[in-house]
Amino acid sequence: MTRKRRRLYFVLFAMIGLGAATALVLSAIEDSLVFFYTPTDLAEKDIPKDRRLRIGGLVAENSVKRGADGVSVKFIVTDLTNTLPVTYKGILPDLFREGQGVVAEGKIDAGGVFRADAVLAKHDENYMPAEVADALKKSGQWKGAPAP
Amino acid sequence: MIAEIGHYALLLALALAIAQGTLPLWGAGRDDPKFMAVGSVAAVGQFAFLAIAFASLTYLYVVSDFSVENVAQNSHSAKPLLYKISGVWSNHEGSMVLWVLILALFGAMVALFGTNLPPGLRARVLAVQGWIGIAFLAFILFTSNPFLRLSPVPADGNGLNPLLQDPGLAFHPPFLYLGYVGFSVAFSFAIAALIEGRVDPAWARWVRPWTLAAWCALTLGIALGSWWAYYELGWGGFWFWDPVENSSFMPWLAGTALLHSAIVLERRDALKSWTILLAITTFVLSLIGTFLVRSGVLTSVHTFATDPARGLFILMILIVAAGGSLALFATRAPKLKAGGLFAPISREGALVLNNLLLVTACATVFLGTLYPLFLDALDLGKVSVGAPYFNATFIPIMTPLVMAMAVGPMLAWKRGDIKGVIGRLKFALGVGMIVTLGAWYAMGGQVLAAAGIGLAAWLVLGSLMEFAGRIKLFRIPFAASLSRLRHLPRSAFGMTIAHAALGIVVAGITASSAWQTEKILVMTKGDSVELAGYSFVFAGVEETEGPNYTVKRGTFEVTLDGRDVATLTAERRFYPVRNMTTTEAAIHTTWFADLYAVVGDADEKGGWTVRLYHNPLVPWIWVGAVLMALGGLVSLTDRRHRVGAPARARKTAARTKPPGGGARPATA
Repeated sequence: MTRKRRRLYFVLFAMIGLGAATALVLSAIEDSLVFFYTPTDLAEKDIPKDRRLRIGGLVAENSVKRGADGVSVKFIVTDLTNTLPVTYKGILPDLFREGQGVVAEGKIDAGGVFRADAVLAKHDENYMPAEVADALKKSGQWKGAPAP
Repeated sequence: MIAEIGHYALLLALALAIAQGTLPLWGAGRDDPKFMAVGSVAAVGQFAFLAIAFASLTYLYVVSDFSVENVAQNSHSAKPLLYKISGVWSNHEGSMVLWVLILALFGAMVALFGTNLPPGLRARVLAVQGWIGIAFLAFILFTSNPFLRLSPVPADGNGLNPLLQDPGLAFHPPFLYLGYVGFSVAFSFAIAALIEGRVDPAWARWVRPWTLAAWCALTLGIALGSWWAYYELGWGGFWFWDPVENSSFMPWLAGTALLHSAIVLERRDALKSWTILLAITTFVLSLIGTFLVRSGVLTSVHTFATDPARGLFILMILIVAAGGSLALFATRAPKLKAGGLFAPISREGALVLNNLLLVTACATVFLGTLYPLFLDALDLGKVSVGAPYFNATFIPIMTPLVMAMAVGPMLAWKRGDIKGVIGRLKFALGVGMIVTLGAWYAMGGQVLAAAGIGLAAWLVLGSLMEFAGRIKLFRIPFAASLSRLRHLPRSAFGMTIAHAALGIVVAGITASSAWQTEKILVMTKGDSVELAGYSFVFAGVEETEGPNYTVKRGTFEVTLDGRDVATLTAERRFYPVRNMTTTEAAIHTTWFADLYAVVGDADEKGGWTVRLYHNPLVPWIWVGAVLMALGGLVSLTDRRHRVGAPARARKTAARTKPPGGGARPATA
């Protein structure tokens, strides 16, 4: 086999690999992109109801209520302009607290309630999820990073 | 005083790095042995000064000197000694000091053990190591100095993030950095080879041990990190396709490809430019990992830096390193003499396939990890790319790789006989199919997961059969097989161990992802619940004290068919210094599954939210990962791979030695 032929095989192989990978990527990324919205975005924009999305903001004070089964939780997420009721079933992250930032992933149901299947943990008590900080900045309620 | 010594040592290390980055290069260009020799001295000196700096910082942590800002921010006098020490690298500044310390360690090792390298190549390699050292030492000194004093001195420190106060995580960063930074040696060799304009099998032989050592450390580092996430985060999962995880996984994928392409270069004098490009890519991916994790563009437990100047500085290092090395590659690579020829069906062909698949997999992970950052940078909205994307792209690419892994090592170099090999693997193929059918039947459907288990069996058996073939087991008298076994190179053992270990990992990942069972419920003392055939009886929660935390400890008595299996104690620890709670999952490991329990919050009626998991085969993931690293280590003890092994006359090297190639006479 000549050097040219060998190179041709190599390139051909690489192209097939790349083509297959591109097809995989394109088909997968479309379905698994999860957009982030604030309660204000949800109130103002027309957001498709059947898509998975992420929401974020602060957990409103005195809004956390446990359901009768003990494992489902309701709380309200606010960006201090608009609010969004959220339900979740499971153990909340260790650092989930009223008045603190939170990010949740799930879908909005017909009644406008956000059904979260994941509530994302923060890793530090000072830490504010970047999305939440931006959401507060957007709604004009940002008062700077919490003091360490 | 100690802090000032550490600071001064950092400055001296920078001065030596500058000497190391310039003088040997000049010397190599003029063929001046005196200037070339400066590289070794500077490399060892740089390591010595960084060791002093690191020791100083560790001392400050151990004695809890809160007049140093970094210590006050990240340590606390009531912390156990292990976490005072691991606290040194559990923060941004300290972890960067560890980073350069390991970089200098590799530089010093090249200087000390690389005595069989041609002086010109060694000088250039050390010079490139010097440049990397300059960049990161400047980064530390200008943006992240850990030795800055604080006034007034606080009474006590802020403490370390309790999530990081854990033995698994104490050793995760050093191993990860040994891997990341270890790839810098391959990078430096690649750049040096491009400057010299020559890449040959001898070059590959020098690069392989370094790459292998880095790869082993990175494998262990990733495994430790995933093990930590498994038992500390309390979600019952081991891998979340989190950007931070991905940023350590991408160099691993590229590094694995590099390990294999270097074999082709060493044995067949082919894939020269490709190997060089992979060496560059692997280290650039390590730098990208450092950038992603350290710059604050991602939010995670690893992100300490929120200072934009730091992110910008690392981004500049990244751009210069990637841009410079790729520009050098673009101008020099076409001049590299093309090497040997081979047929597509051959050992080399199989290794090329391995490379294509690994690099493609790496590219898809790269895309999924960075896509949200691109969108955010262009202000097109905030998105996250979830696990479904990675599963949908990564698994289909890895499946053919695992299939080919059993076949490739059996193919001959140059021209292989695929039919013959498949014939020899009939047994593994049959067992793989039976295992698939068995898993499909036993676990009720789930064809893909069953096929994953079958694939794992195929790989393990295929690897073992390849090994048996080498010693002609059962085909010649047993004593003769034993004698062949004794004369087999260590690298053959290493490969078999590492390949079979991947099969074990595949089985663990498949089974635990597909057949995990989970229950979340509220339990009060005395309640019992069934999960995967086991009966969990909740024995209530008691409160006690730890060294720097208070504990709520929930106990479960687990029985199977009336026999006692285990007592699980899950903890919720509250750390008053940080006002933070952590979860310590209770895990009972059997050979075939983990029983996993987490205790959550209490309700008003004395009930506790609990989460119980049955995770089949999950321990195999870490057993397999450790075996993989072990395989790499065994291979590293091979005579031909030993770092600094005395130079020997080598046929391949002699054959490809260019006429009149004067720079490399001692080893060719």
